[in-house]
Amino acid sequence: MALSKEQIAQRIAKEIKNNSYVNLGIGIPTLVANYIPEGVNVVLQSENGLLGMGPFPFEGSEDPDLINAGKQTITTLPGSAVFDSALSFGMIRAQKVDLTILGAMEVSESGDIANWKIPGKMVKGMGGAMDLVASAKNIIVAMQQVNKSGESKLLAECTLPLTGVKCIKKIVTELGVYEILPEGGFQLLERAPGVSVEEIRTATAGKLIADENIPEMVF
Amino acid sequence: MIDKTVKNVQEACNGIEDGMTIMLGGFGLCGIPENSIAELVKKEVKDLTCISNNAGVDDFGLGLLLQKKQIKKMISSYVGENAEFERQLLSGELEVELIPQGTLATRCMAAGYGMPAIYTPAGVGTEIAEGKEVRNFKGKDYLLEYAFDADFAIVKAWKGDKAGNLIYRSTARNFNPVMAMAGKITIAEVEELVEIGELNPDEIHTPGIYVHRIFQGEHYEKRIEQRTVRPKN
Repeated sequence: MALSKEQIAQRIAKEIKNNSYVNLGIGIPTLVANYIPEGVNVVLQSENGLLGMGPFPFEGSEDPDLINAGKQTITTLPGSAVFDSALSFGMIRAQKVDLTILGAMEVSESGDIANWKIPGKMVKGMGGAMDLVASAKNIIVAMQQVNKSGESKLLAECTLPLTGVKCIKKIVTELGVYEILPEGGFQLLERAPGVSVEEIRTATAGKLIADENIPEMVF
Repeated sequence: MIDKTVKNVQEACNGIEDGMTIMLGGFGLCGIPENSIAELVKKEVKDLTCISNNAGVDDFGLGLLLQKKQIKKMISSYVGENAEFERQLLSGELEVELIPQGTLATRCMAAGYGMPAIYTPAGVGTEIAEGKEVRNFKGKDYLLEYAFDADFAIVKAWKGDKAGNLIYRSTARNFNPVMAMAGKITIAEVEELVEIGELNPDEIHTPGIYVHRIFQGEHYEKRIEQRTVRPKN
């Protein structure tokens, strides 16, 4: 069965290494914070200017001056630091942030990503995504592989305006976990439980590389 | 010390005219100069170019200026929360330049540091790179991006003294310090204005030299965009 958004987040959480600085984008990536395994020490960076993002506040203690990049009320933790937007992107550009997890509308088999604009329809802007993908050491994309009309969003080439070029290395969707190969192509690493390679092939418009025995994801 | 205080928001916004370029601090509705935005609405200045990370929501923040069609052009990184904005943009009434958030912050910073331009990798190979100089350093491509040139910068701080020194609170800091540095004239509105000497020099985020006018704001609404909480038990 295809994974729920929560399960995508849960699977991605397993990729987070102990003692790392991680930036979570808006949408499914935000949910990853709920599934970080016990014993894994993570410092979450929020690009509006916070290191050490804590959980949502208790009801009644919301502070309008303390939000994350999704404009949600949050808390700080012991050891948190606050800074301005230029410094925030300074540490991103200087690759101090170990892992970036973000959403996408399309990813190409060469690792291009599109997630900020649908010409003539939706213009929300790139926010910090272009800065993050241009500089991050390691990027994992959390996305739905198939849109509502059944079309694949893992493509040979992106059709939407790009956010970044050749920057994505790993993707987790409702159907599988993929690595983008340096020479191009989606290498299937894991399948969602009960989803066949054939189903995944049908849902992948770009080049899919799948070996004989692809393991199912384990949660 | 040089006294930067002005009587009120009217005096602070004196000289802001039609067609000017104005920078406004804040991230979403967090740390926005509420008093000055209300004054710009009242002044009915129009054809403004506004540089601000976001465009407010339909009925608050810069959304108030958009409602009145006072903004000719927005320079922002993310405008997803404002339906009126999207409508004006898609219908062509409003000119919009969307730029990466880090580029936005750093173009402010460059202005405040007296640097004409910076190189950043953000946007290389995308449509925002069109027409921009690309330069390769150590095997990686970067775009040349110019420092902003704003007639006024309007920021919001938590505390300030009469010399214009500013301290921000929590993530309401965001773009405020870099924009404070970048205006030809910088207006700071603060929640609490104190006497010279009352702030610890070690704790100042924006030195008063960057601030031209300071006043204590009133009736901060501090609206929350996404109220997210966890239950008490």
